[in-house]
Amino acid sequence: MKVLTMAEMMASGEQPEILFWVGCAGSFDQRAQKITKAFATILNKAGVKYAILGKEEACTGDPARRAGNEFMFQMMAYQNIQILNGYNIKKIVTTCPHCFNTLKNEYPVLGGNYDVIHHTQFLQELIEQGKIKFTDSNEWKGKTITYHDSCYLGRANEIYEAPRKVLESLDMELKEMKRCKSKGLCCGAGGAQMFKEEEKGEKRINTERAEEARARATDFVASACPFCNTMLSDGLKVAENQNDPAVLDIAEIVAQAIK
Amino acid sequence: MGLISEIIFTLITLLSFGIFAQKILRIRHSILLGKTAELNDHPGQRWRNVILLALGQKKMFQKPIVAVLHLILYIGFIIINIELLEIIVDGVLGTHRIFSASMGGLYTFLINTFEILALLVTIACVVFLIRRNVIKLKRFISKDLEGWPRSDANYILIIEILLMSLFLLMNSADHEVSFMISKNFTPWLTANFDEEQLLLVEKTAWWLHIIGIYTFMNYLPYSKHLHIVLAFPNAYYAPLVPSGTLHNMPDIQNEVLYAMQPELAPANAAAPESFGAKEATELSWKNLMDAYSCSECGRCTDACPANSTGKLLSPRKIMMATRDRIETISKNIAVNKVFVPDGKTLLHDYITVEELRACTTCNACVQECPISISPLDIIIELRRSLVMEQSNAPQEWNSMFSNIENNFAPWKFSPDDRDAWTKA
Repeated sequence: MKVLTMAEMMASGEQPEILFWVGCAGSFDQRAQKITKAFATILNKAGVKYAILGKEEACTGDPARRAGNEFMFQMMAYQNIQILNGYNIKKIVTTCPHCFNTLKNEYPVLGGNYDVIHHTQFLQELIEQGKIKFTDSNEWKGKTITYHDSCYLGRANEIYEAPRKVLESLDMELKEMKRCKSKGLCCGAGGAQMFKEEEKGEKRINTERAEEARARATDFVASACPFCNTMLSDGLKVAENQNDPAVLDIAEIVAQAIK
Repeated sequence: MGLISEIIFTLITLLSFGIFAQKILRIRHSILLGKTAELNDHPGQRWRNVILLALGQKKMFQKPIVAVLHLILYIGFIIINIELLEIIVDGVLGTHRIFSASMGGLYTFLINTFEILALLVTIACVVFLIRRNVIKLKRFISKDLEGWPRSDANYILIIEILLMSLFLLMNSADHEVSFMISKNFTPWLTANFDEEQLLLVEKTAWWLHIIGIYTFMNYLPYSKHLHIVLAFPNAYYAPLVPSGTLHNMPDIQNEVLYAMQPELAPANAAAPESFGAKEATELSWKNLMDAYSCSECGRCTDACPANSTGKLLSPRKIMMATRDRIETISKNIAVNKVFVPDGKTLLHDYITVEELRACTTCNACVQECPISISPLDIIIELRRSLVMEQSNAPQEWNSMFSNIENNFAPWKFSPDDRDAWTKA
């Protein structure tokens, strides 16, 4: 897949219209890599002039900060802001709500001011502008789906509509879980929980959420965060129910329907 | 007799307001034991929050039935207390319904309104008592509330019912007047008591009512009911940034900056005292005001994913523990002039590591709180102290930190493979 890095673009004297911030999960996690590729495919097909930082990208520091390690966060932020400002980056799109939240809300006070959008918002824009066109007989039409709100997209940044609008534009039937939007239940990964064992309790949080998703009996479960995706997939797998829906990222769904 | 009762009344009144003012100043002092935080920007937006969240109780209306009942209590509480003005003037001057003659029809209208509200307040209180003690709603029977907090909630409701009943009884026994609700009890009273006894009933109800109000006023500062006062400043000082934003630590930002660019470091830079909060006084004053504002309704804990899956964490308990701790510190200072260490800290003795570790920072607690309290902010401050001051992190987190430091990702992958997905 042909994806230019900022370094390559600068070398040829060009500036991208948007930087695609891939994030650690999107870069390294096998499942999340598929989401990354799907989104890059969409960008390519829509003719968006974009670049990635490639090897120059580093963790935003989100999990370190939320675990309480402010030093680590500040070190990562310093490093990333140096690079982003060095390339004179103005606009960033990212497939990870945690990176999104940190870049958008926590970097400005440290000197990193960018126009940051989440990929679901960008996809909604591309669809509205007609830059993405779906095949007439896209496989999603009429299929039922439930959308799991990521905490860092939803409550933290009040982005509830963009991902839903994208699903609606594919003529999918959206069936909401009881706890959705501002009342959405966490998948259990945030606050650096992804990187440690859950504290002892009666149940795992992702199991609880997976049960809610399963109860809607939809064909698919949509997520917009690589961590939610992992947590929900794991939660559904634990029950090993053959009829459980697959968990797909909004970008993967769009990529498959695109002309 | 007349003059003596006026003097007694005046003294009781002065004493009640005096003790109340003193206690409120003590609480103000306790809140200001917290660290400074500048929260005065965008006054327009802040007043908007006061009107929507505190005055308008916007978030309460997520649960409409409860919201209406709560609104009745709240409006009743404020409006019926207008009557307090007349009661105090009557008490001091030894008059009887001093405003009734001059206000005429308006007076009857006002008292009728108060009586309707009093009846509605009584009904709302009964419903609330049933919800707490008969229906036993999950958030009201949780172990957070064991002991005093559960009694506190019931006392408030019972006192309100008593006050409203005394107000109505006082009006019923006074057959010189006739008001919408109380007049219905008058025939029963006149049938059972003679003129002299009726006067005694009226006087007794009047005295018990006003003494009850003074008692309740002075009970407020010790109770969860303090939220009727603090909800307003709390809404004003609520954060205006998206709730996903953790507040910055400029001390650490500068340390990192000076490490990276030593030429920027000032020659006499003082090292910061400590990072995060181990003790309640290391939290910001807003965190402490949050703690005093909390009405222990438990909407936060109800929405908490950790709590609802059986983990030890309860955001409500975080707030209650913080209030308990700062109260203890404040009392300690009141007795000893300066804080004399008592061998305890907020972190560990009031809030345990296990609770802190269970938080997913999902913001559900912050979202649910009707009066903009952030348990999450306190959790993060305590986590900061735990990790940066005490190096107390689970092994998996330490690995995550070292991966970020060495590989620039929370997992142990080679940074060179960051763009490997483009080649696969």
